[in-house]
Amino acid sequence: MSDAALRALPSRRPLALAIRLWPWLAALAVSVALPWLFYDFAHGRHSGFMLSMLSQTGMMVIFALSFNMLMGQAGLLSFCHSVLFGLAGYSTVHFLDAAGAGSLPVPMELMPLLAGLSGLGFGIVFGYMATKQRSTAFAMITLGIVQLVTTAATMFHHFFGGEGGVKTDREIGISLFGFEYGQSIQVYYLIVAWMMISAAGMYFHTMTPLGRMANACRDNHERAQFVGYDPRIVRFLQFAVSGFYAGVGGGLFAITYEIVTFDAVAAPLAANALLMAYIGGATTFFGPVLGAILITVLQSGVSLMSNSWLVYVGVLFIAMVTFAPTGLTGIILEHAPLARAGLLRRLVVPYLRVLPAGGLVLVGFVGLVELLSFLTIGMAQGKQLSLFGRAVDIFSIVPWLVSLACLLGGGLWLARESGRFKRVWDGLMEQARR
Amino acid sequence: MQIGLISLLDGLVYGMLLFMLASGLTLILSMMGVLNFAHASIYMLGAYFAYQISHWIGFWPALLVAPLLCAALGAAIEVWGLRRVHHNGHIAELLFTFGLVFIIGRAVQMAWGMLPMPYRVPASLDFPLFSIYGENFPAYRGFMLVVSAGMLLTTWLLLKKTRIGLIIQAALTHPGMVSALGHDVPRVFTTVFAGGSLLAGLAGVIAGNYFTTESGMADAMGPIVFVVVIFGGLGSLAGCFIASILMGMVQTFSVVMDWSFADLLRPLGITLSGDDLLGEILTISISRIGPLVPYVLLIVILLFRPRGLLGTRET
Amino acid sequence: MGRLRSLAFALLTLGLTVAAVPSRAEDTIKIGYIDPFSGAFASGGDASLKMFQFIVDYINAKGGALGRKFELVTFDDKLQPAEALIALKSVTDQNLPFVMSCVGSNVGSALIDGVNKHNARNPDNRVLQINCGQLATELTNEQCSFWHFRFIGSVEMRAVARIKSLPQSVKSVYMLNQDYLFGQSIEKDSKRFLAQYRPDIKIVADEFIPLMQIKDFSPYVTKIKASGADSILTGNYGPDLNLLLKAAVDAGLNVRFDTYLGHVIGAATAMGAAGEGRVTSVLDDHENIPVEEHNAEAEEFFKKWRATHDFMFIAEPSVTQFEMLVRAINQAKSTDAVKVALALEGMEQKDLFGVTNIMRKEDHQLLYPYYEGVFTKDVKYDAEKTGLGWKTEFKTTVADETLPTTCKMKRPSS
Repeated sequence: MSDAALRALPSRRPLALAIRLWPWLAALAVSVALPWLFYDFAHGRHSGFMLSMLSQTGMMVIFALSFNMLMGQAGLLSFCHSVLFGLAGYSTVHFLDAAGAGSLPVPMELMPLLAGLSGLGFGIVFGYMATKQRSTAFAMITLGIVQLVTTAATMFHHFFGGEGGVKTDREIGISLFGFEYGQSIQVYYLIVAWMMISAAGMYFHTMTPLGRMANACRDNHERAQFVGYDPRIVRFLQFAVSGFYAGVGGGLFAITYEIVTFDAVAAPLAANALLMAYIGGATTFFGPVLGAILITVLQSGVSLMSNSWLVYVGVLFIAMVTFAPTGLTGIILEHAPLARAGLLRRLVVPYLRVLPAGGLVLVGFVGLVELLSFLTIGMAQGKQLSLFGRAVDIFSIVPWLVSLACLLGGGLWLARESGRFKRVWDGLMEQARR
Repeated sequence: MQIGLISLLDGLVYGMLLFMLASGLTLILSMMGVLNFAHASIYMLGAYFAYQISHWIGFWPALLVAPLLCAALGAAIEVWGLRRVHHNGHIAELLFTFGLVFIIGRAVQMAWGMLPMPYRVPASLDFPLFSIYGENFPAYRGFMLVVSAGMLLTTWLLLKKTRIGLIIQAALTHPGMVSALGHDVPRVFTTVFAGGSLLAGLAGVIAGNYFTTESGMADAMGPIVFVVVIFGGLGSLAGCFIASILMGMVQTFSVVMDWSFADLLRPLGITLSGDDLLGEILTISISRIGPLVPYVLLIVILLFRPRGLLGTRET
Repeated sequence: MGRLRSLAFALLTLGLTVAAVPSRAEDTIKIGYIDPFSGAFASGGDASLKMFQFIVDYINAKGGALGRKFELVTFDDKLQPAEALIALKSVTDQNLPFVMSCVGSNVGSALIDGVNKHNARNPDNRVLQINCGQLATELTNEQCSFWHFRFIGSVEMRAVARIKSLPQSVKSVYMLNQDYLFGQSIEKDSKRFLAQYRPDIKIVADEFIPLMQIKDFSPYVTKIKASGADSILTGNYGPDLNLLLKAAVDAGLNVRFDTYLGHVIGAATAMGAAGEGRVTSVLDDHENIPVEEHNAEAEEFFKKWRATHDFMFIAEPSVTQFEMLVRAINQAKSTDAVKVALALEGMEQKDLFGVTNIMRKEDHQLLYPYYEGVFTKDVKYDAEKTGLGWKTEFKTTVADETLPTTCKMKRPSS
């Protein structure tokens, strides 16, 4: 933390502090309130699925943020971030076992800290190897590491438990506040707490000299060297610290699912982190949070509705990298000048005009993909096709025509509307600049 | 000796196949800086196309048509996709190819189903060519060798003897300079991407029936090709060739080695059993971890030589 | 404009969450079915789902249970335990009484644990787990649970059939297995039963290969050739088996392939004529058993399957599973997990081929005979339109398959 920031924080009056911290407080409030939105009053219990999704989102937020410490902050593309996450998860399972057996008197609330420390340890080991190089060579070393560790995790039984993974019981009976952690809602709040702590920690990290130097090494490797810093040490420290936070995420993973298998170290998870960070927006601190939410919803929510969800994910990526390389937060931030100039109101109508066109394209595209995939795969599985809540007869030409018409018509309409939108946008921008 | 000679041949065939995939990727990566994750997906498409075409009109036309289809697809991807993403940076391009992997994977499942395809070696090539020490060397393996050697020769001639080849060679090492000299670099990019896809498709055609053609084949081949490209070094087809053959040989010969670290320690009077994690690691034989050796080699070479074996510039 | 288009795409994806909500008929007995339906392992879930849909139709045509029909509600786990556990939450949220899963012992083991904890923490909303294909022996031994019923033989049971069926002519075997839990337990059990039943057989090599990593098996073939073994004893499946077979056939290696899973979907296509007469497998069932045993009713069942599908039906134990489930639900007069579990325990049921299968009370393992078959032209019904199919050479009895269990089951107090 820079000195200025340190001095500034406590000196403000509480109200002013609350105003400054409003995004954090809002995030906290929303996280705490969300489970109650999905409360199942008919049965008097929480929706277990929503709680799982929210918990998964919470740990993915930490994971994506810690990944972005490497990609966004230091310009390092790591394919082995999942290794840090997963190995810390494995360690946590062993910690929980020891705690349950009474040989490790650590309360549940501090388990993620222990997991983070083991993540830090693994970060130091693998970081030592990987950070010897930068850019593509770094990425390729991490690719090698993830392959090695994943295979090792299926081969060796003592630490990894082989294919079945290692299991544990989170009801260890040691807690600072006397919680049992049998119910998912308690675990969810533990995740929320640690998510806020980790996010705050990583946010402050961006203001430390190390965080700043990581930026410098990303932007101009040679110049950073001339200033007198060893970029290798900067990379190494940054890698190790991000390992700590990835470890916290891995620990929460182990606590939530009470099982860790080789999937937690494998490359697809690392790829997920990359996607989350990029889609959310790697150039801003909060971008990966949005990405984590979106990808988790896609992966655990949409995948239950459509087995073609990977197509949608693929199309989303391609669309994002082509049209919005700064990610979701990038799109939002571009509105900032307009908001400052008080012109945001005037975008409401243009947005409302674009929306139905976009919706039509969406309906058409989803309809076509679902129809096609039902024709070749779903039908043979004896399923019933229903689109947008209605049963659909695949052999009737109507749904095909409707989808195609939606896609083409919507596309044309969208092109027209977005042209109009662009004119409005440019005009407003011009106005804001004046 | 007996095992040695046969393994040498096996390693050569596998190495040449790797080279066919890796050479295209090396060209793409060196010139455009794109880590093309969809390269192996194109290889898979090559195999599926070849199956479909040989089902309709026979294997020999498929050998010609399927790679051309892949090349056309590659050109389309470059022109309508990558080129638009290019100015958003390398990670954007990487993610673009990532998205393609998902889409191609599901599209293949939707078009051809989930089961392996009955794509077989053509009857005219399904006989033992010769036999050494009682083990047959199938004619199709010889055919694979011939095709990949022919491809190697053609690529080499194209690069050395034609004008566009010279430009490509120059663009490999000095992409900025080439465009400054007024050459149409985007067109060169398209050519290279189409050419790389053609080679990947050709690899798919001749490997799809020798191995199996199924929707998981891209995932299985992807990582090892990356290893070859990076190990060989950017900007160097020769490095790529050496790396391919080396990886082919390593994977073949490691299978034959049955000793483990514990065996090395035994003469020193140290005996280990696999009762704890360390014991487990040390008592594992080389043949069990053979396919991992390339990754170890990759990490080792990058630690000491970040530009790879024969790389002309820092990766 | 570009920015806008991207926004539309983002909306598109969010909008998906409201799309494609599955429609459900009311008042059916719903079974939450968790398996991989997307990604690289989708073929496993796809094949199982087709067979189960067929079985459910068959059972529903007979009237279902309590006058209600069965319905499968599918959940995609992408073969990841964590995703399977999230799906399990969905199952329990919807109050589905049963959860079923077939692919991946890692998923099975996670689900056993998840179901145990769920049932302990939510006694008013218990769920019963049906295992239709996860083979790891542990699942009904160390890990056994009152809430878990396995309607497929364990690795150990398969190993008994595999070793007992080896003909006397086999004098030496080359063992080749995948280096993970499944392959390792096959190796362990094969060795144990070889020592017990066939001490005359020499194990010339005992080798592991990294799971799904090898493309070119020729070096292994060279090694096998040099070892002079009569037979390759292998638990490989999928590409690891298909590629091994192809490489061996091409090199002219003339040995038997005594496999554990040489019959799973896709293998016949990959082997083709090359497997003729030399590949054997341990099968739960195959389509030629009714012909061999002159069982017209069972033949009719398979004929119906073949009319609409082009791969072999290999889920006969799951037919028994549903027959048992129907009886247990009728007996319990409800789908309550405890009542159905108690009714299932020790239940005896004649399978499609008329053999009495037993659901053992001690570990909730279904005991049934295995068929060892050879892949040959000499059959009435072929597999995957290859012209070749499976012919029974050896059959174990339920008594053979009744192996001791180490299960110490925690039973609910009520």
